[in-house]
Amino acid sequence: MSRRARGGATRLDSYVDRYAARTLGMTASEIRALFSVASRPEVVSLAGGMPNITGLPLDVVGGAISDLVEHDGPAAMQYGSGQGDPGLREQICDVMRLEGIEGHPDDVVVTVGSQQAVDLVTRIFCDPGDVVIAEAPSYVGALGVFRAFQCDVVHVEMDGDGLVPAALAEAIRAVRADGKQIKFIYTIPNYHNPAGVSLASVRREEVLDIAREADVLILEDNPYGLLGFDDGPHRALRADEPDGVIYLGSFSKTFAPGFRVGWALAPHAVREKLVLAQEAATLCPPSFSQLAVRSYLSTHDWQGQVKAFREMYRERRDAMVEALEDMMPRGARWNIPNGGFYVWLTLPDGLDAKTMLPRAVTSRVAYVPGTAFFADGSGAQSMRLSYCYPTPDRIREGVRRLVAVIEEEMELRETFGTMPGARRERLASRGYESPNTDLR
Amino acid sequence: MVVLAGGLSHERDVSLRSGRRVAEALRDVGVDVEVRDVDARLLTTLRDEPPLCVLPLLHGETGEDGALREVLELLEVPYVGAPPSACRAAFDKPVAKVLVAGEAVRTPRSVTLPHEAFRELGAAAVMRLMVGSLGLPLIVKPARGGSALGCTAVRQEDALPGAMVTAFAYGATALVEQLVEGTEVAVPVLDTGSGPQALPVVSIEPDGGVYDYTARYTAGSTRFEVPAKLADEVAAECARVATAAHRVLGLRDLSRSDLMVDAEGTVWFLEVNVAPGLTETSTVPLSAHAAGLDLGELMVDLVHAAVARRAAET
Repeated sequence: MSRRARGGATRLDSYVDRYAARTLGMTASEIRALFSVASRPEVVSLAGGMPNITGLPLDVVGGAISDLVEHDGPAAMQYGSGQGDPGLREQICDVMRLEGIEGHPDDVVVTVGSQQAVDLVTRIFCDPGDVVIAEAPSYVGALGVFRAFQCDVVHVEMDGDGLVPAALAEAIRAVRADGKQIKFIYTIPNYHNPAGVSLASVRREEVLDIAREADVLILEDNPYGLLGFDDGPHRALRADEPDGVIYLGSFSKTFAPGFRVGWALAPHAVREKLVLAQEAATLCPPSFSQLAVRSYLSTHDWQGQVKAFREMYRERRDAMVEALEDMMPRGARWNIPNGGFYVWLTLPDGLDAKTMLPRAVTSRVAYVPGTAFFADGSGAQSMRLSYCYPTPDRIREGVRRLVAVIEEEMELRETFGTMPGARRERLASRGYESPNTDLR
Repeated sequence: MVVLAGGLSHERDVSLRSGRRVAEALRDVGVDVEVRDVDARLLTTLRDEPPLCVLPLLHGETGEDGALREVLELLEVPYVGAPPSACRAAFDKPVAKVLVAGEAVRTPRSVTLPHEAFRELGAAAVMRLMVGSLGLPLIVKPARGGSALGCTAVRQEDALPGAMVTAFAYGATALVEQLVEGTEVAVPVLDTGSGPQALPVVSIEPDGGVYDYTARYTAGSTRFEVPAKLADEVAAECARVATAAHRVLGLRDLSRSDLMVDAEGTVWFLEVNVAPGLTETSTVPLSAHAAGLDLGELMVDLVHAAVARRAAET
């Protein structure tokens, strides 16, 4: 073996002094590392939010893509418009009409999933230190964007009916009293990620009134709107407020996430900025994906497919809720979602979902600790449970393992005096108490 | 050649990183290498298509506790690294501390207790006793495991219960140890057939003051110096301690001892790793590089040694 000694001081990253301040939070994390185990088949993952697309008619999709290549290949593989394919934008308007929105294709900007739309909107509105108001808890992917643009996130309380209007009004007042500028209210009004709740109809008007009165823009993120189990599509906030709401939609849950096609519907002037920001970021959204989605929507009964998705997710929701009701110890609280992918579960007092996660991974079950959904890292007593991907049997098995983990953790906490109350009573008494109304 | 990486331990992600890094290094020197996870098909593959050699880069349970190596012994497949019995002793920090202390090596005073002991004897009383005997500050660790997962420094007595709960989330037994303040150093020990030799000492200065998971695996967040700026006699003592740990525990091929050097220059043994991290931010590749060793060539030498060892055994 040849030897040429080379020592000295190093930080193993020669660019470390050159990164922008916004990269400060981009670090390795213990929790993220634990999720690496969750990808193994031995683990029942109630953590991920992957849509279950096993029911997609792949022959139909394959045929549509084959036709696309054969008949429209050069266009599909070429750069396209920065705003997105005009035909697809017309179809997007048809989709939005299901939720009461009368949008014009000219005001639609196609994006790389609605995640990129969150990024573009934040990019054009937010300077470091600007305030974004978000529900408590809020979507982890959006919080990551807000953090990257160095926004201050102010969380607003939710309950079983979604965002609490009085708390929203108070938050706006308090932020302004503090001399800070609010750039927008970020909300997921339907089948919330991670809270699983929907904004009640009567509250929709109240929220719009508050935003209108305060002259604050609303960013309405609606990836799950067509995935309601019992209630039809809710009327979008944007349907009643064309000027004060930017609406974000996605085909990731109603078709397939791999195409990465989402969109923003924005007031005209904002749309202009979004197109320029999109062109700066990607030149254009991917033509192939857009045309594939367009072909799928025009040649397949896509609404029938969404109905099939709804039924599948309903079955999984039922399996999870029944398992929770059967097995969870007293003191645990959760909501019963009426659509979407998620149950928000709050542990008995004194437990910490983040600290407990390694034990859960050892027991081959995974979830997302509530801390992921708060900008300030609070929410440790709660967790997000996804029912979208595992089969009903695996969901029941996952809940069984989770309950065993919780009981071990309760015993441990009581041993060390970090848990209030009497364990025996909780362990002896299982079962569902009431819908979770303390989504804080 | 097969690199085993991944597994189901809490350190799966670190293991995957180590596996990727070593596979690249081996390919750079022309070795045909396959990276494999540990799953139900592994045994069949190893039995039906025995590789020249296995490089187990699994961190944590199964990989470092000797279990997987027992199976490799049953299969009579050559593998790089310590035998199962040595792994069992080294992976268990309290056991390793006792054995290494017998070699005129200092190791911080500590207490090792399972969760049940606290439950049966009363946690508050046991914790009071521990603080009374060991004093403060303390560090609480899972007795088995690496990457600083589940470790918490305790400077106030009221932080001890939370630290215990954190450690027990990673395993059934906790090691509560006096926290030695000073310079943290890592010392790899390499043996390619001519006896264990310590590689250059690496000093570790994390930006946040704590060499936790984030500081270990975020490039740029820790400053390393290799060879560490230590007095010659202190550096020599670090090398002696690491080599002694390697020898007394019966380790083979490659190990890494984690030590502390306090303000007086006293060297304290903390733990030894039988499958040390070989990621882009790990200390072993840094030390090897400082010694003028190419990681790929080093691995090839270890493979040759492992193959020769197996041939001699059979």
